[in-house]
Amino acid sequence: MSALLGFAVTFASLCFALAMLLAAARLFKGPAAQDRVLALDVMYINGMLLLLVLGIRSLSSAYFDMALLIALFGFVSTVALAKFLLRGEVIEP
Amino acid sequence: MSEIPLWAALPAAVFLVVGGLLAAIGALGLLRLPDFFMRMHPPAMVSTLGAGCVLLASMLVSSAAAGRPVIHALLITLFVVMTAPVTAMLLARAAQYRSARRTRERNDGG
Repeated sequence: MSALLGFAVTFASLCFALAMLLAAARLFKGPAAQDRVLALDVMYINGMLLLLVLGIRSLSSAYFDMALLIALFGFVSTVALAKFLLRGEVIEP
Repeated sequence: MSEIPLWAALPAAVFLVVGGLLAAIGALGLLRLPDFFMRMHPPAMVSTLGAGCVLLASMLVSSAAAGRPVIHALLITLFVVMTAPVTAMLLARAAQYRSARRTRERNDGG
């Protein structure tokens, strides 16, 4: 059973790393700015899931807090970039 | 992780494999689809179903390891599910505004 969970953890880590690589390819390739923002969004979601999988592997609860922080800052950065694309500035007077 | 019993390890392994496959398929769709509004769909699948699978597996394993229900991964699930539509709507509005402005400038110039 431990080997089963270890295999699943390794497989999921490789899948998330592959997903981050594909999102990085879209980040470099993206024809418009909104494609790059969407690729950044996918990259932070995958990084958060990779941290959670590392938390499953090491049975430590510190990874939960890191994943929660990455989710918070990723949401704020995506909203700020989308607002910048929409209005030309982030915080309007 | 030798003390995880089978009733928790088996569903957690299945959820992890499904979540990893969903994330890989979503990123492949993000890379291969031809239009921006088509490209917005696969990340939504990853951030709802894929994140839900991984967080469920995490809750199962940490509950089985601690011997009591540990549900603070539910906080991340709630946050991701609440914020994914907001970012999708803002990005779609930005893309629509930018493409409309480009078309208007092209028509005015030509």
